[in-house]
Amino acid sequence: MERHSYKLEKRLTPSPVMVFIIPIISVLLALILGGIFLSMTGREPLAVYTIMFTDSLGSKYGLTETIVKAIPLALTALGVSLAFKMKLWNIGAEGQFYMGAMGASWLPLTFPTLPVYVMIPGMVVLGMTAGGLWALLTAIPRAIWKVNEIITTLMLNYIAILWVDYLVFGPWRDPLGSNFPITAAFSDAARLPGLGDSRIHSGLFFALAIAVILAIVFKYSRWGYSINVIGSSERAASYAGMNIKRNILLVMFLSGAISGLAGMAEVSGIIGKLQHGISPGYGYTAIIVAWLSKLNPLAILIVSVLFGALQVGGYAAQIEGVPAAVATMLQGMILFFVLGGEIFTNYRVRRVSRKGEESK
Amino acid sequence: MSIQEFMIPLLAAAVIAGTPILFAALGELITERAGIINLGVEGIMLMGAVTGFMAAVTTSNPWIGLLAAMFAGGALALVHAFLTITLRANQVVTGLALTIFGTGFSGYLGKAYVGIPVPKAFVPTPLGPLADIPFIGPIFFQHDVLVYISYVLVFVIWYFLQHTSPGLNLRALGENPAAMDALGINVFRLRYIYVVIGGMLGGVGGAYLSLAYAPSWLENMTAGRGWIAVALVIFALWNPWRAIMGAYLFGGIDALGFRLQVLGLHSVSPFFLKMLPYLFTVLILVLVVALKKGRLATPGALGLPYDREER
Repeated sequence: MERHSYKLEKRLTPSPVMVFIIPIISVLLALILGGIFLSMTGREPLAVYTIMFTDSLGSKYGLTETIVKAIPLALTALGVSLAFKMKLWNIGAEGQFYMGAMGASWLPLTFPTLPVYVMIPGMVVLGMTAGGLWALLTAIPRAIWKVNEIITTLMLNYIAILWVDYLVFGPWRDPLGSNFPITAAFSDAARLPGLGDSRIHSGLFFALAIAVILAIVFKYSRWGYSINVIGSSERAASYAGMNIKRNILLVMFLSGAISGLAGMAEVSGIIGKLQHGISPGYGYTAIIVAWLSKLNPLAILIVSVLFGALQVGGYAAQIEGVPAAVATMLQGMILFFVLGGEIFTNYRVRRVSRKGEESK
Repeated sequence: MSIQEFMIPLLAAAVIAGTPILFAALGELITERAGIINLGVEGIMLMGAVTGFMAAVTTSNPWIGLLAAMFAGGALALVHAFLTITLRANQVVTGLALTIFGTGFSGYLGKAYVGIPVPKAFVPTPLGPLADIPFIGPIFFQHDVLVYISYVLVFVIWYFLQHTSPGLNLRALGENPAAMDALGINVFRLRYIYVVIGGMLGGVGGAYLSLAYAPSWLENMTAGRGWIAVALVIFALWNPWRAIMGAYLFGGIDALGFRLQVLGLHSVSPFFLKMLPYLFTVLILVLVVALKKGRLATPGALGLPYDREER
């Protein structure tokens, strides 16, 4: 009898079918594996999932909250994806988000009486600048000495969070407020308008606009093309005369600026002040969203709604006595399956007879 | 207070605070020597901390806790090995996935254990006559037994890498896996083994936090120590002796910040003192890489999936 073995053969171009199917299968497999963990720890997986699903997607209130969470997720994921395109591993979106929120908050706290047409644009500019500069801090040593940006961006997350804590527990604390670590409430001019009377705010349009801009840049512009080239081969890019160092600085700054905008939108659109713990880890979830979307800006918009729902579902589960960390656990598992599934996108499995003749 | 009264407890505290980072860094050092980057150390430590704690609470035996932590760390690292070695997934993103999963899963598992005391933790046991040596004794030899194990481990790993033939193979594995393959050595199997051993040590680092350092369980209790361990491996230039020095340096910064808070240094906000270890990690990393430019001794094949077809 003829014996066979299997070998992997690299595809010239990623399989378009797999690019689409793998994430869907991954989510399903993660839910199944998560269900096994849930039942092993004495819970009813179906009941937990039902609550998570109905509370996040099954009602008007739930859907609204899902979109509210999807806005910062989409923005931070867009920021992260820009850097990832160039294989710059910016995992500092969390810190850039906090610094953006801080930069934006400075304006209404210092000049509370500014009119809205100065206030909102000013907060956008300050938020993006603060987030961008925070990222640039790590881009400079990366560009000059190739200092590993993964570690530096991550360490700066802790520092940014502590810095905001310092401000809201100290110099920026609302003197009229009670002892809570919060700043004074922003004036109405500093609040992004909502859609109708819902909690969904116009930060949604920031996310849409940036996604469209990035999609166009990547598809049609020279610069977008050069980022892709640098990402796939630095050597090829430098032979082609592309300025890698300048692009590292620029891309990292923009990446941080977009996450900074997310922070601005959150304090201006939702919270209305700066306070302790403004993010439940958007900047980390953003990494999963970006990778699951294959760094495609338009896909990011859709995937962030899914992950917004997961976040809201996690809170809903918590009310039922299941730790909210179940959402983070599921996120990690989804990413595992996506990563494992990529082999089917990039390789083809071939059955090979032992003699070396290929048979399909 | 004399300088000695301040320094000896501080240095002893540096050893204690450095030990969890040291275990994790030694694990990552072995992993990276085999050519695989595992950025899941933070998640592995958290899983080690929570499973170790749960097992120790259930059995009242910290050693069983330690074993459980090694098992959890090894199991999580096995996932990393499978995804990156067999399925050739991106090592950076897989490591991040490990950290995110480990953070979530440990938070989920440990929810019921927050605030519970552990019946038997690892407690300081002075090491015979060595503990009585002036200055050296109180700093190095009046700790729990895991600290002593870490001393031995540093020596063993160094000796293994430098003076044994499997150690030579390990170094070659990260430098030139194709050459190893040509010699008939199973690159895939060896990488699996070292990644799993690395994960087990990460688990021990986590268990040290929950069973000796704290000793208690708190969600996210590693607070970035896993990442500091990754940075430490670069700082250590993949050398175990430099890793132990680095770990105590970081431990010292950690302990110093804590002590200054306790002493009531009111002119400096406690938030700034808490920033110290992170700030220090960034500065040291930039400094070491900038000064050692081009001579970092990074394993040559680090981070690259090995594909026999592309040899």
